[in-house]
Amino acid sequence: MSEERKQVLKVENVTMQFGGVVAVNDLNLEVNEGEIVAIIGPNGAGKTTAFNVITGVYAPTNGRVYFDGKCIVENFPHGKMKKLYKGENAGAYSHATEPTPDALTKMGMARTFQNIRLWKSMTVFDNVLIAKHLKRTSNLFSAAFRGNRKEEQAQREEVLKLLEIVGLTDVKDELATSLPYGKQRRLEIARALATQPKLLLLDEPAAGMNPQETQELTHFIGEIRDQFGVTILLIEHHMDLVMDISDRIYVLDFGKLIAQGVPAEIQSNEKVIDAYLGVVDDAENP
Amino acid sequence: MIENKNRKSAWIAFVIVLLFLALVIVLDQIIKPTDKMYMLLTVLQKGSVYALAAVSMNLLNGYTGLFSLGHAGFMLIGAYTYAIFTIPSTARDTVYQYYDAAIRISFPEIFSGALGGFGTVLGVALAVILAGLMAALLAYLIGLPVLRLKSDYLAIATLGFAEIIRAVFQWSKLGPVTNGSNLLKSFARTSTFKLNLGGSTVSLSTFVPVLIATISITVIVLIVNSTYGRAFKAIRDDEVAAEAMGINLAKHKMISFVTSSFFAGVAGATMAMVLSIAQANNFKSAMTYEILLMVVLGGIGSISGSVIGAMLFISASEWWLRGLDSGSFLGINAPGVFRNGFRLVVFSVAIMIVVLFFRKGIMGEKELPDLFRKRKKAPVKEAAE
Ligand SMILES: Nc1ncnc2c1ncn2[C@@H]1O[C@H](COP(=O)(O)OP(=O)(O)O)[C@@H](O)[C@H]1O
Ligand SMILES: [Mg+2]
Repeated sequence: MSEERKQVLKVENVTMQFGGVVAVNDLNLEVNEGEIVAIIGPNGAGKTTAFNVITGVYAPTNGRVYFDGKCIVENFPHGKMKKLYKGENAGAYSHATEPTPDALTKMGMARTFQNIRLWKSMTVFDNVLIAKHLKRTSNLFSAAFRGNRKEEQAQREEVLKLLEIVGLTDVKDELATSLPYGKQRRLEIARALATQPKLLLLDEPAAGMNPQETQELTHFIGEIRDQFGVTILLIEHHMDLVMDISDRIYVLDFGKLIAQGVPAEIQSNEKVIDAYLGVVDDAENP
Repeated sequence: MIENKNRKSAWIAFVIVLLFLALVIVLDQIIKPTDKMYMLLTVLQKGSVYALAAVSMNLLNGYTGLFSLGHAGFMLIGAYTYAIFTIPSTARDTVYQYYDAAIRISFPEIFSGALGGFGTVLGVALAVILAGLMAALLAYLIGLPVLRLKSDYLAIATLGFAEIIRAVFQWSKLGPVTNGSNLLKSFARTSTFKLNLGGSTVSLSTFVPVLIATISITVIVLIVNSTYGRAFKAIRDDEVAAEAMGINLAKHKMISFVTSSFFAGVAGATMAMVLSIAQANNFKSAMTYEILLMVVLGGIGSISGSVIGAMLFISASEWWLRGLDSGSFLGINAPGVFRNGFRLVVFSVAIMIVVLFFRKGIMGEKELPDLFRKRKKAPVKEAAE
């Protein structure tokens, strides 16, 4: 078992229901500082939904999420419901703010998407530069009349450095969507890193990559952890990648946690092999 | 290095704009209202108004991806605010002949009393800024409930707002402020803008609207190229990604909406000073659609495109196609065909052709200076998912 480390993320009894579909069912997980933790599971197991709850995209049907020791997501009544809510704990929620993804990103969470979501009309450089917008100290006026020249210059330099690290310097002026697939994934990671997160959430970073690209990516993710000191929670289908770099693994199936542990434990877990590992092998070697 | 290159092109743009403004002053002096070429000045005056209106709409529709249809409403507010606060006290009772004018302040008068000619300029400038602020304030009030919603209620809400505001401004109960359904006139207008230089008078009637549009569009360009402009574009391209990267959607949409409406208000004020009248009934939603057309014509997401679109639109409707309504066109004399209303038919067909065959507009998403630069690589279609 791993030594005592500071807890970065804690998901507590999270359930997410869409109408009749229980996408995530009573999920509990923890991520400690400096760890690389993986969530695996077959398609539709609820992995992306778990990410969406953690990052504030969906308000969970039940449960809480703690980040850095603070409760950031809770199933309190949202929006208009907040006003209408007359239950026993009405008072307890009166001060609660809705956890929007942008607020959580400002707190130090950043993510990538399963279906790459780069800004398509912009260059590689601008894609990363915009992720620095949340660090601004300027208002509209000072920004328009370039009162923030120094700040912007510093940001531009940071972006150049970041692009150097992820190996995209030579394509920095090209349109983001003109890059080959593997580089787009890297760019999305660079963009997330530009927000200077404590916790980086990667949703299937190797999806659609060939074995060689996957190996490079595996190496790259390890490098990022060491170089930026971020904690990483990732969803992945490529077993080699997951087994290589994860400190711990959580296995989801039909929204439920069916196993958790270090890679060796997961590899030999009967339930996991039944539910998942066998399926992937079939899919990869038809 | 990048910085140097940007600074150089900024200087080039600055010099070109200055030369253009100088040219406008010269044209203002040499073309007399009786000349045939006076049409050129009319086009420049109205063209500036519409160019600013189109660019401000583009900031919202093209750069932020928010669809608003209330532009005419915000321009109306700008036009009335400007008119009301620049009517001189001597003319006030004639203008408000059926009402007892409630607002008895004239900015140019107040300031010229203390500062002379410069005071008049200052008063007019303040009235223009106040016009923008009033439009911005209303945009803020509309935006509060509407911009929080994820779906596109903005178009419906703003369209409704524009219709309501037009009715409200003609309401007789508000007559002491808006003059009811009667028009406002006699306020500070471009035809009276003159400069006395040692005996000779310099007419500024084209220069002033062109200058207002130039300054405003420059500010919009600066905003678009700032960190906020990049955030707007991020929201337009992918809202989910923008929010995930820490951009507060509601706040940035509000900033864009309020800024766009501010400049719509300024455009309205400029329109009032060019036309010498302000009347609520002129600001129908048809005006919004015309402006939208200019934006589409020039290219959604291109500021120079909007300016070109507006200038072409105004030139065509005010000048080049005039003959279609008045008997002879391109030397063909056919009063039977070329009569009132025919211009509109030809014009509509021409626009339909442009919109159908040049989907991305004249400029696409490019700006004028881009045409002189090396092209970026075209996007390669990826089989992503
Ligand atoms: N917004 C949504 N509305 C309705 N159902 C959803 C929504 N998002 C996800 N689901 C459902 O939740 C289940 C889990 O989906 P997802 O989290 O994307 O799985 P995974 O990422 O593990 O492949 C699926 O059955 C999916 O159809
Ligand atoms: Mg998924």
